[in-house]
Amino acid sequence: MLRKVLQALLTLGFVLTLNFFMFRVLPGDPVGLLAKTDRLNEQDIAELRNELGLDQPLAAQFVTYVRGTLSGDLGLSLRSARPVGEVISSRLWPTILLVGLGTILSTVIGIWIGIKGGWKRGSGFDTSTLMGSLALYSIPEGWLGMLLLLLFSGFLGWFPAGGYETGDLTGTARVVDILDHLFLPLLTLTLGYVGQYAIIMRSSMIDVVNEDYITSARAKGVPEHLVRTRHAVPNAFLPTFTLIFLNIGFVLGGAVVVEAVFSWPGIGQLTYDAINKLDYPVIQAVFLLASVAVLVCNLVADITYGYLDPRIREA
Amino acid sequence: MATEGPVELRSARSLIWARRRATLAAHWRTFRRSRQGMIGLTVLLVFIGFAIVGPMVIAPASVEPATASGPITAPPSLAYPLGTDNFGRSVLSLVIVGARISLLVGFTAAFGTMLIGATVGITAGYFGGTKVDTALNAFTNWFLVLPWIALAIALTAVIGPTLVNVIVVIAITSWASTARVVRSQSLSIKERPFLERSRALGAGNWHLLSHHMLPNVFPILFSSAVLMVALAILSETTLSILGLGPAGAITWGQTIKASFNAGAMSAGWWWWLIPPGVAIMMVTLSFTMVGFALDEVLSPRLRER
Repeated sequence: MLRKVLQALLTLGFVLTLNFFMFRVLPGDPVGLLAKTDRLNEQDIAELRNELGLDQPLAAQFVTYVRGTLSGDLGLSLRSARPVGEVISSRLWPTILLVGLGTILSTVIGIWIGIKGGWKRGSGFDTSTLMGSLALYSIPEGWLGMLLLLLFSGFLGWFPAGGYETGDLTGTARVVDILDHLFLPLLTLTLGYVGQYAIIMRSSMIDVVNEDYITSARAKGVPEHLVRTRHAVPNAFLPTFTLIFLNIGFVLGGAVVVEAVFSWPGIGQLTYDAINKLDYPVIQAVFLLASVAVLVCNLVADITYGYLDPRIREA
Repeated sequence: MATEGPVELRSARSLIWARRRATLAAHWRTFRRSRQGMIGLTVLLVFIGFAIVGPMVIAPASVEPATASGPITAPPSLAYPLGTDNFGRSVLSLVIVGARISLLVGFTAAFGTMLIGATVGITAGYFGGTKVDTALNAFTNWFLVLPWIALAIALTAVIGPTLVNVIVVIAITSWASTARVVRSQSLSIKERPFLERSRALGAGNWHLLSHHMLPNVFPILFSSAVLMVALAILSETTLSILGLGPAGAITWGQTIKASFNAGAMSAGWWWWLIPPGVAIMMVTLSFTMVGFALDEVLSPRLRER
């Protein structure tokens, strides 16, 4: 376990280094790009470089950057001049709400479909859900969101066209209002990921169904539904479980697009705005945050997996 | 040189090619039996046809914002079967012309992914257990855990959203999973006797890598490349929607983005928003189906199930 934590720390070091060099060394120099779009003059550029510490030697910049980041100082947003850490934390909650609920819904539904389909491979349910899963996997999430907006907001007018809440509401009315705004982005994210989980759960069910211990459970006279729920599912669930955690990075990515489409005021929308305004410190911080989130999830998955599967623990 | 053998066994090289042709023919027979794979392949060929012929048939001026002559955001009509966009361009023309660059991004990005992934994977596997492997493997794992979209956004934002950059960014952010699959395959090939035999005959590292490792990981590389094209097309769409797509190019993703920016959802311009997305969906679904069918052809374990 200590080794795993060390590995994660090493990866974090890599992320920090990459994050630093990507924004300093690559050909497209951020300040240069800013200067182009904002028509800054020579003096402004020099001032901006000085402000961002870009006129110091690279090694010194790197040390300052790592020290700052580790102490929680992520720099100032180029556009709002507020500390990036503050900007990000004010946007965390909507993203956690959306990604959290989206992950729960898509995994629960996907796993249920996978179990049912994989157990009776080739049944009508299996073939139709497999096709559906593949189709969902092939749809770009952002476009799916726009499609839902077009249908449910543009044509039917059932749901608001985006945002987090209407404002000036309190108590229960406010909660209902937020849920009203949450529905379409959540549906998009859930539909976008349910297919993958269904496919993976299905294939690990298929692997398990032919194992000897299933045959022996049947031979002992265990009723069919118990063979499924007690013998097959727990074993088939293990690989899917790790995947749920490994997938967090992808769901976060999907959330960026979905938030942008629905103007859901989370980290994703923040990123989208930062891209359009070339607010590099924010983009840099989001990359760091997303990487750390994924690293932590991987670590959690690694450690819990050991507890769930004794074979791994001993190895 | 065997001069007295059957005619087709002229040299070792021709023998190898005859064997490869036979394998390919056998694979094709297996592939043809997969309905999924054949449907996917047919759809793909149609779209590839669009990509090649489309830009020749459709006048460039008609899809140029400044010179387009159609009505503005008009619903489908006889003259414009899929309506027009806010510049008066025919959406049908946009989708057909868009096939070229969308597919180009898909194929080249997938090729780049395979190039990096195969190089890293084969090298790591071939030197399995040594420091080279440890280093390459650590590097691969780092890229594997990085959330691709965050890295792609950061990279594209810095180097600028041009066509070439978008392709490079997709390749850089997606090679790691290929490298891992190739590495594990290479590790097992490395232990097979024919490699040792070749080494005993005096083959060097380069010969072993290029003549023995590469051909043997090729099947797995090929089927994952096909799946990768689908992923690359989806990635281009995602980047386009975020405003980081290939600037100035007509792709399906850029058309979706344009309709989004113009507010197609609240204005009800379905004919502008839906067709490019359907094209993406059909192409990615086809690549996925072909990829799965290839998987079944190339890995006997799956075929038996």
